Amino acid sequence: MLELKNISYEVSDEIDDSKEILRDISLTIEDHFVVITGPNGGGKSTLAKIIAGIIKPTSGRIILDGVDITDMSITDRANAGISFAFQQPVHFKGLTVKDLICLAAGKNLSINEVCDLLSEVGLCARDYVDRELNGRLSGGELKRIEIAMVRARGTKLSIFDEPEAGIDLWSFKSLIHVFEKMRDAIDGTILIISHQERILNIADKIIVLADGKLLHYGSKDEVLPKLLGTSNAAKPCKPLEESLD
Amino acid sequence: MDAIQKNILKEVADLHGVPEGAYNIRTNGKLDSRNTTANIDIVSKDDKDGIDIIIKPGTVNESVHIPVVLSESGLQECVYNDFFIGEGADVTIVAGCGIHNCGVDTSKHAGIHTFHLDKNAKVKYVEKHYGEGDGNGENVMNPETVCYLEEGASMIMESAQIKGIDSTDRVTKGYLKKDAYFEVKESIMTHGKQHAKTNFVVELNGENSSTNVISRSVARDNSIQEFFSTIEGNNKCSGHSECDAIIMDDATVNAAPALNANNIDASLIHEAAIGKIAGEQLIKLMTLGLTEEEAEEQIINGFLK
Repeated sequence: MLELKNISYEVSDEIDDSKEILRDISLTIEDHFVVITGPNGGGKSTLAKIIAGIIKPTSGRIILDGVDITDMSITDRANAGISFAFQQPVHFKGLTVKDLICLAAGKNLSINEVCDLLSEVGLCARDYVDRELNGRLSGGELKRIEIAMVRARGTKLSIFDEPEAGIDLWSFKSLIHVFEKMRDAIDGTILIISHQERILNIADKIIVLADGKLLHYGSKDEVLPKLLGTSNAAKPCKPLEESLD
Repeated sequence: MDAIQKNILKEVADLHGVPEGAYNIRTNGKLDSRNTTANIDIVSKDDKDGIDIIIKPGTVNESVHIPVVLSESGLQECVYNDFFIGEGADVTIVAGCGIHNCGVDTSKHAGIHTFHLDKNAKVKYVEKHYGEGDGNGENVMNPETVCYLEEGASMIMESAQIKGIDSTDRVTKGYLKKDAYFEVKESIMTHGKQHAKTNFVVELNGENSSTNVISRSVARDNSIQEFFSTIEGNNKCSGHSECDAIIMDDATVNAAPALNANNIDASLIHEAAIGKIAGEQLIKLMTLGLTEEEAEEQIINGFLK
């Protein structure tokens, strides 16, 4: 169970004095599938990074299974059971797909085990195990490997930042199948940032963040009707609205 | 051979004992042991220190090991080794020099290796430099490799200097005729106050000759690295050089790749990148449960692999 208590995050830049990215977010997440959605710039990725320890909140506490992890490092949180699939996968010169999957698993895996993980995310394993994780792989390939790494860790809390982005040709069915398999294997929480209706549809709970504030938090049936067809689903920019008038 | 020498041999040539095939093991300036085969002859030079390695035309699937071990502090030597690789031969040559210096004097090894590859000969040349010791004596290594490639010959050279060499000034030269190919892969890691200078010069003289020069290095602490490479395109040819360095702490890295195209059909590329380890790489590995130090180690090991 993950509890967020009054999480706020502020940044200051040269022009404005300070900008609030997140304002007083309080949540208790205990379901298997939770999706965070909302307009771009609403604070979704920032919240995910705060949970993973990559960003320190300006105020508020984070509690994982009753333990306050607010002051823990990224490494300690990872070892406490948090995994995080980046929105933009990182390149590594020299490290191969197998190296990274093994680092994620925390042990040496056999070629067969690595192949199983890669096949699950729709990659023909034999072509990939020895490849370097560099710019020669496409965005979609890197994204799938990123998901396979989180899958290899098998922690109780797995966070995915827009996992579907860049995976155009890979059917959603496979992606959703991976999440379902994970749910069964880890008996924990899968927290996904997504705009995709089909991912929202498999959620136990949906969190809507807009403008750094928690707008809605509830079951799919409660939240989805409030989202679709409202201005939160797609808000055109002001000049566009004016030109339409 | 004592335990220290055996350990150095393992570091520089991955040898646990006497190698298979032809070899020449040199310890502390003297011949330790040698073996020749029906196709590979090794002869000591009369006029200066060093050996001639003569490989008969058509020799395939054979290897030559010529490791050098220095374990006496303060020993300084300059060795000339000439390789003559016959037409159509395909061989692997493993050289390497290890210094164990536990004294206060400077130990120095300069190896001048000249390769003559006859038509269509193929060579894989692996060279490793390693230093150790608990004294204050410096370990200095200045290797020079000069390669002459006849028509259709190809040579792949891998050199690594990962540990313990305080100062190195390495020169690698290649002269290529028609259809010849020369590839160099170098990996260097320097730390402390070490200084490493490498200089590549490749002349693409023959039609359709090509080269690929790749250097990957990591500079830590207060070490200094200098990288120079010059590719001369004198005919219809293609050349690529790449220098990629990770800089850490208070180290300094200079890279100066040069391309000289002297023919309209010369196609030459160079890439050079120097930078610290990207923060996002460290963060990614930390989210997998590694500490920052472990993450750094993994990134460096992968980079130099």
